[in-house]
Amino acid sequence: MAEMVVKATRESFGEALCELAKTNKDIVVLDADLAAATKTSIFQKAYPDRFFDCGIAEGNMMGVAAGLAACGKIPFAASFAMFATGRAFEQIRNSIAYPNLNVKIAGSHAGISTGEDGATHQCIEDIAIMRAIPHMTVINPADHYEMIGAVKAALEHDGPVYIRLGRLAIESVNNNDDYKFELGKGITLRDGKDVTIVATGLVVREAALAAEELAKEGIDARVINIHTIKPIDKELLVKAAKETGRIITFEEHNVIGGLGDAVLSAISEECPVPVKKCGVYDRFGYSGPAKELLEIFGLTAPGVAREVKAFLGK
Amino acid sequence: MNSTEINELSIIACKARLYALEGIFNAKSGHPGGSFSAADIYTYLYYKEMNVDPANPQNPDRDRFVLSKGHCCPSLYAVLAMKGFFPVEELPKLRKVGAMLQGHPDMKSTPGIDMSSGSLGQGISAACGMALAGKLDNKDYRVYTLLGDGECEEGQVWEALMFAAHKGLDNLCAIIDCNGLQIDGTVAEVGGLEPLDKKLEAFGFEVFRMDGHDFNSIEEAINAAKAVSGKPQAIIAATVKGKGVSYMENKVNWHGAAPNAELYEVGRKELLETLAELGGTL
Repeated sequence: MAEMVVKATRESFGEALCELAKTNKDIVVLDADLAAATKTSIFQKAYPDRFFDCGIAEGNMMGVAAGLAACGKIPFAASFAMFATGRAFEQIRNSIAYPNLNVKIAGSHAGISTGEDGATHQCIEDIAIMRAIPHMTVINPADHYEMIGAVKAALEHDGPVYIRLGRLAIESVNNNDDYKFELGKGITLRDGKDVTIVATGLVVREAALAAEELAKEGIDARVINIHTIKPIDKELLVKAAKETGRIITFEEHNVIGGLGDAVLSAISEECPVPVKKCGVYDRFGYSGPAKELLEIFGLTAPGVAREVKAFLGK
Repeated sequence: MNSTEINELSIIACKARLYALEGIFNAKSGHPGGSFSAADIYTYLYYKEMNVDPANPQNPDRDRFVLSKGHCCPSLYAVLAMKGFFPVEELPKLRKVGAMLQGHPDMKSTPGIDMSSGSLGQGISAACGMALAGKLDNKDYRVYTLLGDGECEEGQVWEALMFAAHKGLDNLCAIIDCNGLQIDGTVAEVGGLEPLDKKLEAFGFEVFRMDGHDFNSIEEAINAAKAVSGKPQAIIAATVKGKGVSYMENKVNWHGAAPNAELYEVGRKELLETLAELGGTL
């Protein structure tokens, strides 16, 4: 087994960029005055000539990234998820995605685990916004190992990619030596026949822990990690729907437009089984320590187990 | 520039207006006003200034042009077609289903278009990215971008200007097509852009002025801008919206409207007369 790592995915992102930049000379990194927070600062230190701080001007940063990509560079443009996908939505849509330019967008401090900064900085809409844009690929890595794989896969994919980064240091779940990140492929972490738990991002580990607890109570839950929300692994989800008859989704995102809706769309034609969507129930977050907030929002293992039991009427 | 050269450029610009008018008329939509105010500038850039090769439109060493005011593409398309980037037969199909020529520039469908644009304020940022890439690769190409004066109301324009100056992008030249009009009225009434030159200077640009319909003036400004090192350049171009068609000139309602059949014939006749006076033919 690989070593269990406790690390924020934003940090893994910064490390991955540095590693890949050793051999890929086209990688350039842009930030909007948040390099220390998004961890592009790690890249900045290693490759100062290939790092550009664009100042607090996210719209311009995305346009600059588009221009760089039009000249053959592979820009990674980072900011908080709120400002990258919110403030600069239209620049991403029109200057990057429409011409299918090879720009990778990193949205850090996504979800309520941003914590103390509160609702204005806790982006719970980024997956919905990015999913809705044609040409866009959307990835939400669950841990350190997945982020390393995701950044490499994003680099190898020719076209715009949105990668969601978390602020909170989290324990890794993909420690197995045969772990392999494949864009668009979900990962079955645990087989089961009673219900399928589909999770993304930092809730994946919580879902895996919850499933172990549920097993002790006689509930045999399958656990699927969906790191690529678009394109989603339809085949794996339809199979799970057929074999377990129910799906429950967990995400650190609004239940509108995120993983839950992507799962619903994936199975609705071929196997429309009951689906319960769990996450942030169309409300804003608030200030507080990240771990407390995750508990309150039901996104820790006990919360997941509670919701699964309620869904199964147990 | 000698009178023969000026005459040749004037013929190209007049034909560009004719093709643009025809495309807009056929489509029953489009933006003649700004297409006509910019037609001479496009003509100068593509026929006199820019290092481009229609046979190799993706040449990495080429000069770039980003039409930040993307809606003014009909006459740009015409200049690109005449230059040889694609057949002029595409021009009358402007804005039609399945056409190569989209309502706003699409770099993936139209050879010669260096950047997709149309949402105002965004093109200049992409131009900054291209200029930055040139610096990174030690290439000596230049990047031109054309903005509308109304477009300068977009905050992103000023983000981009600040960025360009801060990064020392002296391979970037922003031309502002100051025709004085935008959809809702005059730029003076709606946006309050002036003093534009002082604002551009304050943002770190070397500022020049030109008459956007006088090829000598255009040449002088472009050459002066090219001689600047260490700073990006801005050229304020005094232009007439709707230039070349009398009933459209300086009229706000021709920002984004197609002429009816009767007015189309009037406009076409005027432009054909101008073309004949220049000794040109379609």
